[in-house]
This record gives sequence, structure tokens and C-alpha cells, in this order.
Amino acid sequence: MELTIDGRMVKAEPGTTILQAARSAGIDIPTLCQDDRLEPFAACRLCLVEVEGARGPVASCAAEAAEGMVVRTETDEIVEQRRVLLDLMLSDHKADCLTCDRAGDCRLQDLAYRYGVETSSYAGEKREYPLRDDTPFIVFDPSKCILCGRCVGICDEVQQCHVLNFAERGFPAFISTSYGRSMVETTCEMCGNCVSACPTGALQDKRSRHTVRAWDVEKVDTVCPYCGCGCNLTLHVADGKVVRVTSKVGEGPGGGNLCVKGRYGFEFIAHPDRLTRPLVRVDGTLTPASWDEALELITSKLFEIRHEHGPDAIVGFASARCTNEEDYVFQKFMRAVIGTNNVDHCARLCHASTVTGLAQSFGSAAMTNSFADLEMADAFLIIGSNTSESHPIGALHVKKALRNGAKLIVADPREIDMARRADIHLRLRPGTNVALLNGLAHVIIEEGMADDEFIAARTEGFEEMREAVRPYAPALVEEITGVPADKIVAAARILGTVERAAILYSMGITQHSHGTEHVLAISNLAMLTGNVGRPGTGVNPLRGQNNVQGACDMGALPNVFPGYQPVTDPALRARWEEAWGVELPAEVGLTVTETFDAIHEGSVKALIVMGENVMLSDPDQTHVEEALRKLDFLVVQDIFLTETADFADVVLPAACFAEKDGTFTNTERRVQLLRKAVEAPGEAREDWWTWCELAHRLGHAEKWHCTPTQAEIMDEIARLTPSYGGISHRRLDKEGGLAWPVPDEEHPGTPILHTERFARGKGRFFGVEYKAAAEEPDEDYPLTLTTGRMLEHYHTGTMTRRVEGINELVPTGFVEISPADAERLGVVDGRPVTVETRRGRIETPAWVTDRVGEGVVFIPFHFWEGPANRLTNPARDPQAKIPEFKVCACKVSPVVGS
Amino acid sequence: MTAAVASTTCRCRSGGQTGDDPLSAILATCSGERPELVAVLQQAQDALGYLSAETIRRIARRLRLSESDVFGVATFYAEFRFSPPGRHRLRVCLGTACHVKGGVQMMQTIERRLGVGAGETTPDGEYEVERVACLGCCALAPVITLDDQIHGQMNVIELQSLLDARTDD
Repeated sequence: MELTIDGRMVKAEPGTTILQAARSAGIDIPTLCQDDRLEPFAACRLCLVEVEGARGPVASCAAEAAEGMVVRTETDEIVEQRRVLLDLMLSDHKADCLTCDRAGDCRLQDLAYRYGVETSSYAGEKREYPLRDDTPFIVFDPSKCILCGRCVGICDEVQQCHVLNFAERGFPAFISTSYGRSMVETTCEMCGNCVSACPTGALQDKRSRHTVRAWDVEKVDTVCPYCGCGCNLTLHVADGKVVRVTSKVGEGPGGGNLCVKGRYGFEFIAHPDRLTRPLVRVDGTLTPASWDEALELITSKLFEIRHEHGPDAIVGFASARCTNEEDYVFQKFMRAVIGTNNVDHCARLCHASTVTGLAQSFGSAAMTNSFADLEMADAFLIIGSNTSESHPIGALHVKKALRNGAKLIVADPREIDMARRADIHLRLRPGTNVALLNGLAHVIIEEGMADDEFIAARTEGFEEMREAVRPYAPALVEEITGVPADKIVAAARILGTVERAAILYSMGITQHSHGTEHVLAISNLAMLTGNVGRPGTGVNPLRGQNNVQGACDMGALPNVFPGYQPVTDPALRARWEEAWGVELPAEVGLTVTETFDAIHEGSVKALIVMGENVMLSDPDQTHVEEALRKLDFLVVQDIFLTETADFADVVLPAACFAEKDGTFTNTERRVQLLRKAVEAPGEAREDWWTWCELAHRLGHAEKWHCTPTQAEIMDEIARLTPSYGGISHRRLDKEGGLAWPVPDEEHPGTPILHTERFARGKGRFFGVEYKAAAEEPDEDYPLTLTTGRMLEHYHTGTMTRRVEGINELVPTGFVEISPADAERLGVVDGRPVTVETRRGRIETPAWVTDRVGEGVVFIPFHFWEGPANRLTNPARDPQAKIPEFKVCACKVSPVVGS
Repeated sequence: MTAAVASTTCRCRSGGQTGDDPLSAILATCSGERPELVAVLQQAQDALGYLSAETIRRIARRLRLSESDVFGVATFYAEFRFSPPGRHRLRVCLGTACHVKGGVQMMQTIERRLGVGAGETTPDGEYEVERVACLGCCALAPVITLDDQIHGQMNVIELQSLLDARTDD
């Protein structure tokens, strides 16, 4: 379709607005209330244009372009109207531009400049409302508000927290929370997306107020270091410090939206606790040393241990927080220099069962679809994922689909935020996922809702699965899971009948002693309903960390080289031996969880930890602590002196995400480029440098091809890893993120997997049986303990707990306990309780809440002072070796005298 | 701009209070649909005298709306109030006739005397002061009303003694 705008022929797709058509042609129509993330509101009237034949000026943000339309955007009359509108707005606007932080980054100021409106010609009353400075991150000055409604729109349509709204009417109207309460006392998630939407200085980021003028910052585009969503960040840098974080609208997985961690969790970068010098243990105390001394010590100790006990006495933990390039170099160091496959990382603790499970059923162990196409789903099954807290930006895409009418089924023991938004909440007992999933499959088959065509054409093993689920009638499933049978049937009917259903899952599925089987049951359900390989469908494991997908891709696993090439395959191994110029070990190495047992048994003597905090993240803390003490040699590289680094013989100071280039691969398999924004503090160095340097010191100078830029490391990765074949820093810089597989330079990436055929050929059904968790409640330990994350904090808290505002929001951990259990045990809300399991005990405050059902308690694992993992059960899935963080038996009692 | 929503997790941790109070009865009889909102707000105010934060919260929950949405609607209409009414209602007319005959001085006197202005209630809860546009008895201007009693042709001295008399009660 073609239309004429300002005398130019402009092509537009049907359904686009006049504004979009004009912008695509580079014609700038001014707007204030319009935001690409929102439905048109047409309140500010700045975007009025003249359309031939229309009765009056037309709001171009809301009016659709039409064939043959003739539009004029900047006629004398339109310009005059805009002047009057701006004049009116300024008549009731606190124009303190000289001291306003938004000066230079203010749309109202820009338009006043563009149309020459110096001051308002209307003298008269101004609304005077006091500045609201009552949250850790957001300041609201209503006297600068022009009532454009963008903050209300973002909070309603995008974040869907519904915190802000218009109050009053006419002249005194203002933006308010209910009853004018502080935002922190409402359903606000402190995402700050309202601030990003505000076109004036009404909503401001508190932390950067009165610190720097908008034009004095350097902006660097990079990737968020927190969860696996991989949102794009723009770091605002002044005087070598990150002072503010924003995200470009329309770019990256968040499209310009961020969560509280991404937008405000950056203060850790310049925190005084950062490690700035290597530390070496001298007479029992960690003492500052030079890099040369530290590396020399590591070289001699590793040399000695390898000489005495063999290479397999050394284990290396790579990191899901470091870049792909660093993980690649690290596993290469372990394999080619040390000569062992003992390399693993914390994916073992989160999605190891996804890797083993999906590899068997689909042949590729990653999220099948992208966040963006999930918006096309007609229904969702979210199982074992607290999506809006653990993957807040992923959840926005689900919420958008819900707003457009999609159905939501949430299976979770807790009444999490998504469960409250759900059409059906299946509140199952922790650890009974297989029974529930088999029950859903049972109903779908019984009621003839299976996608027979898909099953016949694309899959194998259906009979085996059908036999396995046959006994799982809703009544039996109700007995096992505690979910009412009618809810199971209703959920199955939704999944069985909609055109597109997407399954999202996370740790609630994987962190079990039968995690692999849980994952297989999920892929069964997706294939049974034909929901693989199309937009709005798929099996979508949400990966928990910024680069956990990448760390797996890079072969930071004991059984595979980069690109999931098995170390046991002689032909593949020969290829890597040729590339690296050394002989490589053929035996599968130790996993994270097996390592601690091996240390106790004495077969492992040295441990190298790059950017992990095993003391808080691994199950059964006491067992881990004893192991760390028993080691002959422990090297920890990190940005802070973590609970793990406390035990180290050598601590190396690392550069954090803002201080380096490189790539992260997000949960959608999207490889994205980091860009260095600030210098690392003191002598801290990028992680990859250490392992290159040590490789040289350990005598591999000639065979070690890694050269000192991350771009060149990525080129080596691309040469040797087929799925990364077409990825280079040059390309990512130019094109943005690319979802693997990207086999060559021309390939556009693969946002949806298994479209024509499964990675393994045909999708494979597996018959799986429900098995009880390794430790069930009994007389001594009558409650079920489950663990997980929360929105504000991240993992072991090394970063978020060094952000003042986040600590203000959530200062400490807690245990969620149901009102019924609390009453029975004499537990009082807010007072300390003791939680005890067979492995240990902790003290933490109680939160009496109906978020958890009777018999279940929940503890977030971020807090060192109440470490959930002193309690958890290290029982492991036999295939994936993932520990059962999600279920163990515990008892709770009030702290005496509290 | 807002649509019906599921009530989301609130960090204020307030529990869902139910019982046989007047609001529970109102919420029990309504159908829980959004078009009923204004009627429910009216009934709630009739029964409770004003709309407290807790009242707003419970209405929002029942009608599956956000609290800010309910608050926005309630503040849109002049008829709803958000603080407890005073024991005595003092209305000062500032319509055209009263304005000409010194209504502003009446208001200033009250403000000085009681320390609160239009739309406010004295801290002891005794008086709430309201500014009205016309009471329909312009011949008596300036007019104030105390509770349902009309006091016409007021002046500062009479107003003071009126308030004194009440204070002596």
C-alpha cells in the first residue's frame, strides 16, 4: 500500500498507523504520549496531522494509514496547533530545566525548542504537588507531569502491575497509586519501566539524580548480567562509573523493558568490596600479592599435583556468569593444558536434566522458541517456573499474550504471581510433576485430543508412552499430586484443543532426583499435542543465568566439547586434538556434584573455581564446606571475596560484565555482544586472560592459539563449533543478537527449532513413571521444604546484596509458611524460626502466607545468613547428576525466647 | 486504559479480611463485574461514611480490578470522600451572591479559627469544612450551614459565637 506524506510516496504494510508509516520514511512527527511498547492513547494531540478529505486534524499515532492517503505533517496550521498545545502544557509545568536531571533528555524540552515555545503565555494557577521521594529507586515530581499516561500504560499493559492510575479529574488530575501510597507499599515491582516511558522529568531514576547532566554521559550498549533473559542494557558512564542503566525501545528480548535488577542492580560494579588485587594464603591468612606471585604459585601447585596424582586430581568449575569466550578458554585450559575432562559448572545445578532429557527426546537441549513468538500462543502451561520473578522479562511476553486472550495454566506448589493470573492453578505437591504430566497426557489421549498427524509424521515411541500413561487417570493423579481431578481434566482440555500451546518450565521440573524424567514427560506432552516447531508453541526451559546456555554450548561440561560434541567419540576427539595440537582425554570427567564426593574420597586434590559460589549454591553446605577444607589447593577467581573464596589458597580478582567485551548466550539461544564500558578496579583482569597466561606458564605457549582479544577467541569457537559457525563479533556488532544454530556467515539464525524435523530426526516419546522424591516428609521431619529465587535478589546475592536500594526492598531472607502450619507450630509472622533437616539447621524470619499450601515451606536461597542450601538434599538424578533442591523433609519451630 | 485484572501479589502482606461487617454484605450481594463499581463505591460510602484504603482494596479484590483503578474511578467523582467525616459538617457558600457579600471572609475566619481549610477535617474530628458553590438561598447571603441548620446573613462575629457555642457544648 502506498500513501503520500509531505509530498513523498511512502510504502506501508496494512495495519500500520500514519505515524509508523511516516517514521519508516524518516519523517519525524512529534509525540509525547506515544510509546512503541503501548497501544495508542492519543491524548497529547501533538501528533495531529492534516489528512486530505478528513474533517479535521487526525491523530497520526492512532489513525491507520490507507491506500492513496495524502498526509501533511508540518503545515502552518498544524505547527500553530502544536505551539498552542505546548504553550498550554508549559502553563502548568514546573519548568526548572536549569536544574532538572532530564534536561537534554526531555521530549517536552525538545518540542518546546523545535517549535520555539519559550515560556507559557498563560499566567494562572499551577497544580502544586509535593515531590514524592519515598522509594529506593524512583522519584516522582507531579508538578512536571503532563498527564500523557505513558507510565499508567506501561504499568497496565506491559508490566501489568497496575500500580499507577489517573486520580481526580480536570485541572487537579494527577498520577497516583491507590490512596497515594508509596509505590513500595503496592504491587509495584520497581522495574522502573514507568521511568523509561516518562517523556518529562516527572519520573526520574533516583540514584542518578543530581549527579550528572544528560549530555555528560557516555552510553555503551551491552547485555544484562543477571538472568537468562539477556536484556539489552545501555550503560550511562560518567567519570569512569556506571551511573544509570536504560534499554533501547524495540531492541533485545525486553524491547526496552527491564526488571529491577537489570535497571537498578548495577551499584555492585563500583562497590568498595570489589577484589582489586590477587590474594595468596600466607600462614592461614589471605594476603595481597602480585599477579606474578599468584600465577607462579598456581603454576607450581597445579604442576605438582598433576605430577603426583595425575590430571584427574584437578577439577575446574567454569561459570555461567562469564562470557562464552572465557568459558571456551577455561574448558580448553582444563582439557588441553591440565589434560582432564573434569570441567563442569553450575548448569549442573539448574538445567542438567534439561540437557540430558531434551537431548534424548528432541536431540537438542535448549529452549525451542523465542520470547517474541511466544506472544502468539493461545495457551501456556507454566510448570515449575516462577516466571515473573525469575525471568521477569520473559514473563512480560506471556502477560502480553494473556492480555490478548491466551489461557494460562500454572502448575506450582506455591501461589506465585503467575498462578494468580492463571485460568487454572494446579497446586501440586512438590516432586509430583511426572504424575501430573502423565495425567494430562492420559486425559488428552482418552478424550481423543492427541495430534495424530503430528505423532505419525514427526515422532516415534508413541505406543510406549501411551502404555505408560494409561494408569494415570485423573482420580489417581489427584491422590498423588493433591490437584483436584476436575482441574486436571480442564487443563488437559485447554492444552488438547488450542491451536498453539507453549510449555515453559524451569527449576521446579529439573531440580529433582528424577529431573530427567520430568523433562521427558514435558516433551511427551508437547509432541502429543503437536506443539513443537511452530511460533507460539514449544518446550521452553527458561535458563537461569545470563550465560548458562553459552557455558553449556562452550563445552564447560565433563562429557562434551563445545557444540555438544561428545568427548567419547574418537572421530570428534581427533578433530579437537588436531585443532588444539595436543592429545585429549577420552573419559568423561566429574560433575560439580560428584566433585565434592570425590574430594571427600581423596581422589580430587585441587579445585579451580571461576566465578561460582559453591558454598551457597550447592546442596548440603556442610558437606561442601568440609570438602573445600580438605582440598590441597583451591583457586577462586571472582569479583568479590565470596563465601567460597574464603577457603581459597589463591584468589584472583576478576573483571565484571561492564568491564569487558565478549558474548553471552541467553535462554533463547540468542548470542549477544557485550561491550566494555568501564575499567576494572585496581589490578582486576578479565577471566580469559588468566587461563591463557597460565597455559603459557604451564608450557603450552606454542600450542596455545588463544590470542588476546575475545573477538579472536570467538573466531576460533566459530571454526570448531558448527552451531556457532556463522557468529563473529563483527557480525553481532552490526546485526544484533543471533539465535543458534547459525551454521555460516550468511545464515540469519534459528529462532525456532525443530520446524521441519527434530534435531535427532524424529521426536522420541518416552514412557516415564512417577517416582517419589528421595526424601519425603515423615514423623521426625513432617514438612516439605522447597527452595527457589525471588524477584529482587539474584543467586547467592554477591551482586544484588551489594545494591543499597535492593537491600532496602528486601533486606533479608525468610521462610514462607502457611497460616495453618504456623498456627499449629506457634510460628508468628516476622519472628525468627528454626528450620531443620537431616543435613543442618538455620534460623530465619517466618513469613506466614497463603502463597504456600499446608505442609509446604519455601526458602529463597540468596541469603548467606539463612542459607537454604545448608538444608537441601544432595540426592541426585542418576543421569543428569542434578541435586534435589526442590524437595526435602524438614521441621520448623519458633526460636525460643524470640 | 485499564482492563479487568487478576489481583497481583502485594508486598504489604495484608491478609484478606472478611466477616459480617457492612462491606462484606455489600460485596457478597454484588455480582463482581466492573460496571457495578460506582454503585458498590456508593453503597460502601453510605454504609461506612467514607472510602478507606482497606475498603478500596477489598472492593478491588472482589471486582478483580486493580486498587489504583478503583481509586482512580472513586477520585474522579466529587461525591466520594477518603477521610472519615467530621462530627459536624460546616459548609461555606462561595457562590456569586455569597462571594459578593463576604463569603470569603467567612471561610478565612473558619480557617483561622479551626486551623483547617475546605475539604479538611479538624484533627479532633469535630468539624469538617466544605466549600460549596450555592445553597439556593442567595437572599440570605452570606450563608453557612452547620449540619442541617442554615445560618444566613452571617458576619464574622456571629460566626465566631456560633463556633464558641458549639465549643461550649
